[in-house]
Amino acid sequence: MSQTHKLQAVFWLSLSAFLAWDFLASEPVDLRNEPPLIAAGSGQASSGGHCSISK
Amino acid sequence: MKRLPLAALLAAFFVFLVLSVSIRQAVLMLIGVGMGAALAAARFGFTTGWRQLIEQRNPQGVAGQVLLLALASLAALPLLGQFSELHAALGPPSVSLLVGAFVFGLTMQIADGCGSGSLYKAGLGVPLNMGILPLFALGSFLGSVHLDSWLSLGQTAPVSFSAVYGTGGALALTLALLAAVLVAVRLWVGAGQSWFDKRWVWGAVALAVLATLNLLLAGQPWGVVYGFGLWAAKISVALGAFEPATNAFWDQAGNAQRLTQTVFKDVTTITNIGILGGALWVSAKSPTGSKPLTTQQWVIGLVAGFVMGYSSRLAFGCNIGAMLSGISTGSLHGWLWVPLAFAGTLIGVRVRRYYQF
Repeated sequence: MSQTHKLQAVFWLSLSAFLAWDFLASEPVDLRNEPPLIAAGSGQASSGGHCSISK
Repeated sequence: MKRLPLAALLAAFFVFLVLSVSIRQAVLMLIGVGMGAALAAARFGFTTGWRQLIEQRNPQGVAGQVLLLALASLAALPLLGQFSELHAALGPPSVSLLVGAFVFGLTMQIADGCGSGSLYKAGLGVPLNMGILPLFALGSFLGSVHLDSWLSLGQTAPVSFSAVYGTGGALALTLALLAAVLVAVRLWVGAGQSWFDKRWVWGAVALAVLATLNLLLAGQPWGVVYGFGLWAAKISVALGAFEPATNAFWDQAGNAQRLTQTVFKDVTTITNIGILGGALWVSAKSPTGSKPLTTQQWVIGLVAGFVMGYSSRLAFGCNIGAMLSGISTGSLHGWLWVPLAFAGTLIGVRVRRYYQF
């Protein structure tokens, strides 16, 4: 296994571990409040985080 | 890893998101995969395009980027006018933006990748970019922590071309400004240059379509930086190293709420994961070679990655969140970002050369 492949393995395992920990440690997802598939025309304004927000 | 097991893993992740988070987030992950595959397969590097323009007077990369901006604007501005649920990427013109964009443009040349570039190259398995991503996240988080102080140096309210000139006027102004960019590039490169290369053209078309889908589904434009800052913020809170209630940015209702939710509910996170996966899928067929770096180059590259993350937060986005999404949704801050980042890049290419990257 090359050095790059080892680094790749560490990278993906670390990312997977973070995502698994985060999913288990965060508040449960309320599936009954699932947003509509398409925001456009849904009547529900988007409230997601974005790089351009200052607050 | 081969493509078939990778595709199976991505399909399994898609099903997990459908069952455990939402269909929207699952589909957004697939859009991210498409973005990563397009970025990686077309080698659509914003950083490289600017560097080729400066060093070789090669306009192909910048022409591809202008094509992407024009196509994305032609789709996004009418959609924003039609659907009130959709948001533009409106950042405030500010000292923070000017400083952040300049430093970002400088450091992205040293790190050889902007926000999307670092992501797809990490997905491709380029060692420096894999090392940069966690530092980029940490820098982005620290930038958000300090953002309030930077904004206190001076800011004005965000300016939306659509709000000022209407959809038609905003589109006309945006296309006119893009044409002006092409004129400036033509003056720099001179006559007889080849302007269009197949990979830049199809990359621009694919990314414009995917960015538009992102806007339609998520209700917000494509972004990269916010998700990384969120990841580092969550880890810092979990370690007891950060108290969000005492910070102006993370105490805001939306940000505070996202700290309690899984990152799978965050739009920028889910497309970032998709981009990594899409690039990995491309690398399975055509592995990427990269020249080994010296210890000094590693240290400089990693420091540049950290500063790039910090400055991207100050600049209200990277090449994606500020330039592509800002310009294509009619935000003045996108047009302020470009010249400042390009000025930084003029220094960055020299630093890059000096350290023989």
